[in-house]
Amino acid sequence: MRSIVYFSIGILFGITMFKSEVASWFRIYEMFQFKSFHMYGVIGSALSCGAIITFFLKKLKVKSILDGKEIVIEDKARGWKRYLLGGLFFGFGWAISGACPGPMFTSLGAGFSPILVVIAAATLGTFCYGLIQKHLPH
Amino acid sequence: MSSNLRTFCAALGAGKKAVFFQFDWKAQRWNLIVALGAVVGGYIAANFLSVSTAVAISESTISQLNLLGIQDAGKAYMPASLFDMAALSSPKSYFILALGGFFVGFGARYAGGCTSGHAISGLSNFQLPSLIAVIGFFIGGLFVNHFLLPYLL
Repeated sequence: MRSIVYFSIGILFGITMFKSEVASWFRIYEMFQFKSFHMYGVIGSALSCGAIITFFLKKLKVKSILDGKEIVIEDKARGWKRYLLGGLFFGFGWAISGACPGPMFTSLGAGFSPILVVIAAATLGTFCYGLIQKHLPH
Repeated sequence: MSSNLRTFCAALGAGKKAVFFQFDWKAQRWNLIVALGAVVGGYIAANFLSVSTAVAISESTISQLNLLGIQDAGKAYMPASLFDMAALSSPKSYFILALGGFFVGFGARYAGGCTSGHAISGLSNFQLPSLIAVIGFFIGGLFVNHFLLPYLL
């Protein structure tokens, strides 16, 4: 039952990522050139919906249909170094590959097989972060 | 979504190399199922829900990309030079895909989240750290897009 819910959410997410074209390398390129409102419109509407839904989840103390427990969204840890520096690296990769970690999976399903190189390299990047984590400013 | 990459590492035995990967990755099964759904969703959208998958980017972006040697801008979903099967026989394409992917994976974990975790969920919950991360995404992305990509493509 739970797996079906998660799987359905994933399918809906995948369809949305593909049809809204945020999985397209071209759209990411265009976004960083400020040549179209498209990406800002997609992210902005997702953010507006997200903010309203998050507000009501907290305000009404909504319980999860999966386990009946109240949905609690933890605050992000304080600080700025890891967010700014990590964000910079993420931005480098996003602009080069035109793919963020969600749409990567969508592109794979859509048949763009070379995305496997991106997914494998992203896994390697994650591994390297884990190796040198202690030596990085956070 | 990017936590799945950490789960991949843990499932592949990375816990032997770094404590960062020593966690009960099987508890992340739900997230892997969402990712699997995203793959299936991409397949459904591309094959059953699209008449044409060409992405109608702006004319000025098209002419700019043409100058950089990407001729299918405006006519395809992805540039063939990077995402067609033939791209796998080009060392340059491999390099670009691997370089981009590596930074995405490294940066997402360093920043503690990606576009979904920070730009959508984090900002929706008015988290200052997420705003800082998103500002980082854009500084990094703008820099690469304007100063590195013209030489890389």
